Amino acid sequence: MYAFDIETPTTIADAVAALKADEAQPLGGGQTLIPTLKARLAAPSKLISLARVADMQGVSVAGDTLRIGGATTHATVASDAAQSYPGLAALAGHIGDPAVRNRGTIGGSIANNDPAACYPAAALASGATIVTDTREIAADDFFVGMFETALAEGEIVTAVSFPIPQAANYQKFVQPASRFSLVGVFVAKYADGVRVAVTGASEGGVFRWTEAEQALSSDFSADALKDLSVSADGMISDLHGTGDYRAHLVKVMTGRAVKAAG
Amino acid sequence: MTKVTMTINGKSVSRDVEGQTLLVSLLREDLHLTGTHVGCDTSQCGACTVHVNGKSVKSCTMFAAEADGAEVKTIEGMANADGSLNVIQQAFQDHHGLQCGFCTPGMVMAATSLLKENPKPTEQEVRVYLEGNICRCTGYHNIVKAIMAASGQDVSAIAAE
Ligand SMILES: Cc1cc2nc3c(=O)[nH]c(=O)nc-3n(C[C@H](O)[C@H](O)[C@H](O)COP(=O)(O)OP(=O)(O)OC[C@H]3O[C@@H](n4cnc5c(N)ncnc54)[C@H](O)[C@@H]3O)c2cc1C
Ligand code: FES
Ligand code: FES
Repeated sequence: MYAFDIETPTTIADAVAALKADEAQPLGGGQTLIPTLKARLAAPSKLISLARVADMQGVSVAGDTLRIGGATTHATVASDAAQSYPGLAALAGHIGDPAVRNRGTIGGSIANNDPAACYPAAALASGATIVTDTREIAADDFFVGMFETALAEGEIVTAVSFPIPQAANYQKFVQPASRFSLVGVFVAKYADGVRVAVTGASEGGVFRWTEAEQALSSDFSADALKDLSVSADGMISDLHGTGDYRAHLVKVMTGRAVKAAG
Repeated sequence: MTKVTMTINGKSVSRDVEGQTLLVSLLREDLHLTGTHVGCDTSQCGACTVHVNGKSVKSCTMFAAEADGAEVKTIEGMANADGSLNVIQQAFQDHHGLQCGFCTPGMVMAATSLLKENPKPTEQEVRVYLEGNICRCTGYHNIVKAIMAASGQDVSAIAAE
């Protein structure tokens, strides 16, 4: 690693101020950033740890909305959202392994927007709102492309607000070496319709499968998908699976998610 | 350099560390607590697992500065007060849960977290929990068996192949 300093502010205002320094970068749980630094793919002058910012911690429910602080770990979401939004808690409880879940955060996962990450699928399928230090961004506008988001330089994810669905489920087809999803599908059913978001599959990162959303909104059953197909155009093709294989998995995983959501 | 203070295996320790100093480097290179191993250095293998404020973390993927003020426990702090092996460590010995022993410190730390969260896990729950701890020698069967035995369950029915 190149040399850098670490600061540990305790308020959002102090964190944002510290991030104004030249080449400063936020540090969430470090589960993605530390390996990146070890590979010398980043050379920040300073890391601003968000772990002690009290206002970015924890899970709370107000009416039909679940709010998760941006520095909340996957382990905390897995336990504390289990009552209010079980589909999301189950997703958090299957990210990586227990030690990764004790450090990795929702803000870091969303900001990183890895094309195979789990949280982006939940945020997009739930029509979540990404709250930053300066504004609120709809999930539909937030995930711009592979490893790309609408976040500006120095802007941090302070919270993510999820409208709580009537039913939801995430199906992750695990790539056995990395334990990331080869294809993951999050299905969420709301009073005004169904949303389906797919991760792991596309070169453009997480996306909504709108044909499936329409079919499922009028008939919420795996059967409703039977005449649909997913094009392999723009699907990731690598040694773990071809684009055709991933396209096929999108439909299979969506069907399983619908069945499991019930 | 920043000054950090933490409690490691019950003793208060203060050190000046650089921002990029990993917790595992502080433990091994500065404090000579070499029971915590580095297998992969890429957060895959779990050999470096320690407890920070009672929770398992991979010490190769956490900075020492992030542990300022924390309670840290390593494998050196796991034995009973009289120096004898604790229940989990003894079970690893009794059930041949190690061969070369490289993964063992991380396995014991992970198993300790598991049994704290879930005192009587099923065989499947043990296997799932150990997802982030890789062993290249044992084939896992005897590790699983040792952890089940340490939880006070009968392990005679678990295959030992
Ligand atoms: C072995 C292993 C297995 C994994 N498996 C999975 C998996 O199955 N599914 C999955 O989704 N993920 C997986 N991950 C990734 C894990 O979820 C990471 O925790 C996550 O992607 C990044 O979160 P973090 O808090 O660790 O962020 P960091 O690594 O600290 O940061 C990642 C990036 O986000 C920025 N950042 C951090 N926090 C914020 C914030 N609040 N606002 C703005 N920018 C921020 C950082 O500057 C950095 O660029 C795995 C990781 C490991 C090591
Ligand atoms: S050395 Fe830390 S996970 Fe392998
Ligand atoms: S006993 Fe050798 S790696 Fe596990």
